[in-house]
Amino acid sequence: MTRAFRRHLYSRFMTVVVILFSFTAVLALVLILGDLVAKGASSIDWAFFTKSPVPAGQTGGGVANAIVGTAIIVGLAALIGVPIGVGAGMYLAEYGSGRLGFMVRFIADVLNGTPSIVIGIVGWTFLVKPMSKFSALAGSVSLAILMIPMLARTTEEMVRLVPHSLREAALALGYPRWRTSLKIVARTALGGIVTGCLVGIARIAGETAPLLFTALGNLNFSLSVGQPMQTLSLQIYVYATGPFDEWHRMAWASALVLMGLVLVISIAARWVTRQRYGSVR
Amino acid sequence: MVASANTRLRLETVRLTALFGGQRAVHDVSLLFPANTVTAIIGPSGCGKSTMLRCLNRMHELTPGASVVGEVLLDDLNVYGDGINPIELRRRVGMVFQRPTPFPTMSIYDNVAAGLKVNGKRPQRDTDDAVSRALQQAALWDEVKDRLHTSALQLSGGQQQRLCIARAVAPQPEILLLDEPTASLDPAGTQRIEELCHALKRLYTIVIVTHNMQQAARVSDYTAFMYLGRLVEVGRTEDIFTKPKVEQTEAYITGRFG
Amino acid sequence: MTSLPNLPIEGIPSGRPSTETRWQSLLGADKSDRIYQRILTGFALALPAMILILFLVLLINALPAIKAFGAKFLVTSTWDPVAEVYGAAPMIFGTLASSLLALIIAVPLALSVAVLLTEFAPRSLRQPIAFLVELLAAIPSVVYGLWGVFVLIPFLRSYVVPPLKAVFGWLPIFQGVFYGNSLLAGGVILAIMIVPYIAAVSREVLLAVPGSQREAALAMGATRWEAVRSAVLPYGRAGLIGAVILGLGRALGETMAVTMVIGNRHDIGVSLFQPAYTMAAAIANEFSEATTSMYLSALFEVGLILFVLTVIVNAVARILIWRVARGTAVGSRAL
Repeated sequence: MTRAFRRHLYSRFMTVVVILFSFTAVLALVLILGDLVAKGASSIDWAFFTKSPVPAGQTGGGVANAIVGTAIIVGLAALIGVPIGVGAGMYLAEYGSGRLGFMVRFIADVLNGTPSIVIGIVGWTFLVKPMSKFSALAGSVSLAILMIPMLARTTEEMVRLVPHSLREAALALGYPRWRTSLKIVARTALGGIVTGCLVGIARIAGETAPLLFTALGNLNFSLSVGQPMQTLSLQIYVYATGPFDEWHRMAWASALVLMGLVLVISIAARWVTRQRYGSVR
Repeated sequence: MVASANTRLRLETVRLTALFGGQRAVHDVSLLFPANTVTAIIGPSGCGKSTMLRCLNRMHELTPGASVVGEVLLDDLNVYGDGINPIELRRRVGMVFQRPTPFPTMSIYDNVAAGLKVNGKRPQRDTDDAVSRALQQAALWDEVKDRLHTSALQLSGGQQQRLCIARAVAPQPEILLLDEPTASLDPAGTQRIEELCHALKRLYTIVIVTHNMQQAARVSDYTAFMYLGRLVEVGRTEDIFTKPKVEQTEAYITGRFG
Repeated sequence: MTSLPNLPIEGIPSGRPSTETRWQSLLGADKSDRIYQRILTGFALALPAMILILFLVLLINALPAIKAFGAKFLVTSTWDPVAEVYGAAPMIFGTLASSLLALIIAVPLALSVAVLLTEFAPRSLRQPIAFLVELLAAIPSVVYGLWGVFVLIPFLRSYVVPPLKAVFGWLPIFQGVFYGNSLLAGGVILAIMIVPYIAAVSREVLLAVPGSQREAALAMGATRWEAVRSAVLPYGRAGLIGAVILGLGRALGETMAVTMVIGNRHDIGVSLFQPAYTMAAAIANEFSEATTSMYLSALFEVGLILFVLTVIVNAVARILIWRVARGTAVGSRAL
């Protein structure tokens, strides 16, 4: 065997190894999604979406309260987190080249890796302990804290993609900086910014840890923001760790619904940028 | 000061020096741009001609660390004086850049009207008139009049550049600055824009920066030659190109360097 | 320097207003830009405010426990709420051990995916594969936990532990009875969860490596793999290490999936088959049970340690990544 032949053989071998390892990584995904469908699909019926949980040990019931709760808590979190996150991102893109910008950017990146349980107990300290009650609002604020650094960085990145020449053209027309920033730059990057927001929403929709001690969970149907509220993620946790087989069955079904929700939002996020093909050169 | 009934715009620089941090890009240039003419600024790459142009509408100072010493006078009003609003100045001076930069999320109509809205709300009819007038001046009207509300990105490169010209002239500025406007266009597009310069100088005072000497010879009434940030020679275009007074000018024009 | 004489030129007499009024509008300043900047800066300051508040709240709430137990908190194994004696050593051990195990499994898999996506895969397959990997990151932690409890643990029990015991049973890490909830399960589930993060960040790092590096190696006769190993990987080495450390940071803080499969026992053991505990899992499990203020304070101190640990790890990771992919938001998305 010549040396060259051996080297090429080794290269082929490593390529196969790489492919095998990658396949294993993706295999996990396929297995999980497959199990969700296999174990969860059969439990999903109309009642599942429209009823609230029944007392422990009984069969039937649904996760209507959790679905609505997820929508409310995530919606409220987005209401708080999107303006601040996107605003911070605009700051970083427009004025963030100095020292303050560097610090804010660094902090955002570090915050993005902070465990969500830690944010949960801090949220508890501020919004639950003083009021002596758990609430959906406390949960939303905790989720918003998770969202803000995420959105700040994705917004910044999308806005930075807008070519400098567009800014110049606007400034040369006599646009003040704020108008250039909003009407030209942000508008051009809008597709990307929206994508970032949707991806952030998809992420927090699945969060459980920050809600354990803020929104707490609620077995009944509730629309009140000042009271504990259930989300799909909390429901899954309770059902999966409970003793009843019935609960386990419901856990799989709830997980399938949650995964479906996350998938739909993620795909919508990508669809937005595909539509706006010509928006950023 | 006494104003005469027929005041024509007077644009000139007085000992203009432009710096990037500590580096001088334009050195002590005093130049007058006669009203309703086309003045070309030529010179090799890096001679400071674009920087010079960007000083006229106070775009130079937008670069971090950039500064200007000297004066740019509009009818004896120094635009670098205290209390002058550079944003307002830029509304009165139109600029077109090397690469066409239509606003991608806007239609053709909105692109042309982009510079109009900053001056406050106008009735729809006024805006319509202004847009069609600007597009006619840019010789683009016939090609786009049936699709004013389609995306500006669907135009060809040459058309986009004419769109940028329309956008620049829509607010009816007094001065039009063109920074190598045909650099990214094909010969046909280039020719159309050069024809525009002849037509537009009736209405505006035009300053064009170009690295293409033949273009300067075709298009301008006056030519200024710059080298290493300094103004070497300026005069009527025919004179500069047939009997330049300074040796350096002759060397550049005959292609001995550049 | 010549200047032009003001020659009379044919043309339309301008009939414009006089000099003084013509440029009237140029006078005056513009405040709007300053206001805009102030508003945006206000939004941006939310970030330093948040991190400061997080740190301070944790610190203040943890102070009673810090004062009571001092440095022993980090090394004692006793966690007795009745006797009010708290030691976090098992949690710290479990956090580090499960994360380390996760890295050992995840890094080869994740780097392979990244290399596949940037070097070997045909162009048409790249987007779909990348999308699949991103999907892995989108799966919520609690869903991983659910799968871990009902699918992974039975699988480990039936198909992984017996062979491991048969071949490697003499190693202390593979000793003892496997009941399911264990350090092994925790490590494996964490590995699956961090693969997409490491892969995504590594991919961005590898994409930032200039193509000229690889081409130069290939031009000199290197094989595909040799080009990758000698030209591409070393160039991106700092960034790749950063990606791995970022994955570590994620693993350290993971809560739901871990608490559902790791056993939640305050115990330091060498064997992977034993139940264990992590800081995040402990907080999730016991926070609502904390009846006394010292109990609560001890949990806050655990939170503080976890917070500081992840901040340091993430900061180090960011610095390494910034060196290769300057200031991009690599890895800072929801991914």
